[in-house]
Amino acid sequence: MDVKEFDKNVAIDQDEALRPKMVTVEIAGKKHEVPEGITVIKALWYTGQEVIRGAGCLGGYCGACATYYRTKDDPKVRTCLACSTAVEDGMSFTMVPPFPARKATYQLSELKDPKQDLFNLYPETPLCRNCNACTEACPQGIDVRDGVWRAVFGDFKAVSEMFMDCVMCGLCVPVCIADIAPNLVAVYASRVQGAFFTEKPNRLHERIEEIRQGKYDQEWDKILTMNEQQIKDVCAAIK
Amino acid sequence: MKLEALQGLVHKTRDARRQQTIPKFPPNERDTLIKKYHPDSRENAYRPIKFGPNAGELTVRELAALLEGDSPVPADLDLTPTYSVDVLVIGGGGAGSAAALHAHAQGAKVLLATKLRLGDSNTVMAQGGIQIAITSEDSPVQHFLDTLKGGHMKNDHTLLKTMVEEGPSIAKWLLDLGVLFDRDPDGNLHVKKGGGSSKPRLLTCSDYTGLEIMRVLKDEVLNQQIQLLEFSAAVELLSDGDGTCTGAILQDLDNKRFVVVAAKAVILATGGIGRLHIQGFPTSNHYGATGDALPMAYRIGAKLLQIDTFQYHPTGAVYPEQLVGALVTEGIRSEGGHLVNANGERFVNELDTRDVVSSSIIRECEEGRGVRTTTGRLGVWLDTPLLDIEHGPRTLEKHFPAMVRQFKRYGLDITKDPVLIYPTLHYQNGGVQIDVNGESGVRHLFVAGEASGGLHGRNRLMGNSLLDLMVFGKRAGTTAAERAKAMKHGKLTLEHLTRFRAEARKHSGALAVRSPMLFPDYVRKE
Repeated sequence: MDVKEFDKNVAIDQDEALRPKMVTVEIAGKKHEVPEGITVIKALWYTGQEVIRGAGCLGGYCGACATYYRTKDDPKVRTCLACSTAVEDGMSFTMVPPFPARKATYQLSELKDPKQDLFNLYPETPLCRNCNACTEACPQGIDVRDGVWRAVFGDFKAVSEMFMDCVMCGLCVPVCIADIAPNLVAVYASRVQGAFFTEKPNRLHERIEEIRQGKYDQEWDKILTMNEQQIKDVCAAIK
Repeated sequence: MKLEALQGLVHKTRDARRQQTIPKFPPNERDTLIKKYHPDSRENAYRPIKFGPNAGELTVRELAALLEGDSPVPADLDLTPTYSVDVLVIGGGGAGSAAALHAHAQGAKVLLATKLRLGDSNTVMAQGGIQIAITSEDSPVQHFLDTLKGGHMKNDHTLLKTMVEEGPSIAKWLLDLGVLFDRDPDGNLHVKKGGGSSKPRLLTCSDYTGLEIMRVLKDEVLNQQIQLLEFSAAVELLSDGDGTCTGAILQDLDNKRFVVVAAKAVILATGGIGRLHIQGFPTSNHYGATGDALPMAYRIGAKLLQIDTFQYHPTGAVYPEQLVGALVTEGIRSEGGHLVNANGERFVNELDTRDVVSSSIIRECEEGRGVRTTTGRLGVWLDTPLLDIEHGPRTLEKHFPAMVRQFKRYGLDITKDPVLIYPTLHYQNGGVQIDVNGESGVRHLFVAGEASGGLHGRNRLMGNSLLDLMVFGKRAGTTAAERAKAMKHGKLTLEHLTRFRAEARKHSGALAVRSPMLFPDYVRKE
């Protein structure tokens, strides 16, 4: 249906948006004309660049498309996810290549004193010098520096809550002058919080036991021996 | 009209709408609605497959072309293996990671190959939760019946019974790995109600359930030091010439070289097809969701099931343009969010199954009761501010932080104003036919997760995909590893490909495209 024929009372009426305005952006040092308002990753495609390293979920969840950018006349270099940031005139940006952070490996079930073990696995964690660069680098707005200190002081519950939004883009890592990988510290603290310091859900364990003991076997027999119409009727009666 | 003016009608009609109860459609009306408006019912979008295991069956044109497409692998490729492993897992999302972890736990030598990075998947984006029947008023049998009803009675009973029964032990496995599900004050797992389910049974990690699960699984794959090949896309399977799968050929995306892997068992966990943009629909899927398992499994002789049915998630964003196709979680409707047309009216029970809700949204738009966006797209309103009004201030912020953030990036506040939505291509209901251990019709070729078919029937219920991945990832990984213990590597040949090409040449238009597709082509050419 043509927009003009459509009832104007139910259309968002901003005619200029139908004729995209072109803006100039600088991608990895080179100037390009792209439509205003498209996402950074779409700007890369628009300028003919194939993106494999740097494209993931395209929905702001996977952290593959970490990007540095600067807006016109602003000296501040900022971070964003390329899939969920719109371009504007005069913007400069470049995608961030993967950073060789060290991930400690561990067998979760074999940890004896997991809060203390943090210092064996990631001994650099308490060396944080409070520069706050990690917090400023986080495109998710997490107070990363505070999270690192909470991990050091053993408040893993707070860490797990603060970092639930973390997409593991790793932008907090290269900026750290103490070589901490805050996102990896947070994953460790969160997993430990879940596996060691969270209440065992009784109801779940009862259900597992009920299934093991065959509590539902009779009901299954009844359902699975029904003919097509009978089972259809049972389903149709579900509220 | 200005966006704000149009939104005004939603605010104005809210109190009246709150008094309304919209009944679910009775079965016959539901069928008529789906037949008339669901994208699966558009006959001209379909055509019969010309040859192969599903010859004569209908599927969408986009997929048919890939199934009849040609492999990039030359017939005379040197098949000396670079890697020899027990179990090769292809795909690094939820199903692949679960399969790799369980195979590894059985002592198998595992190689996990993925075309993007470990964890880049649809799993990471799952917002709604994972369905597991744990409360006293609920049972695995009820979960089975709800799923069957939602799947239009077309689900494979054995697969479905297995999934619902193993759900609780999967929840325990995830908890033991450190996944932080939401809790009730008494320490039990908190459950939410999902569309098409008669009981609340969604376990959630706020609206980051997939992200939390994937973050943990990814960390665990690295902890177990499972051999990993990232940016390595599977492009063809290998066979012994006698119908058994014996490995795969990967393509290293950095240097385009082929890499031959000999494996006693192969597990395809490559996910779904959203990026084929079937019928021109936008998609909620990740960049690599191009259905790679389907043409590879098809060429080696595996039968596919229910590949004529796809799920269009009712609430994909249509405004702003940057978010087109992105999902607005079903959780918003679960918590009472209304769908509202351009006249300010509700038109469907928001918790009906996804196919019904999608069809009714398309009906509203086609009959002129949709809202047109600046870029010419149509949609209806999802009344998000209603949640804060119903359940108290900051409900959205607390329970749907990802949603709030997603729109805030573009200056829209969903806690104050409704958002425009339209169905988005979300899920491949069918896939490669599997048995209860995830094995396809081809010996030693396993398939897990969205790439497999049969479990969900003709419409998947919210929260059943995450459970599917974990249950059948586990079963495929465990079975493949057990199998590998008692056998040697098979012969590596491309005889199935030679036969496929010979058959294809008898049909005009076949071998026209390269498949698997690997990535959608978004790069502007001129």
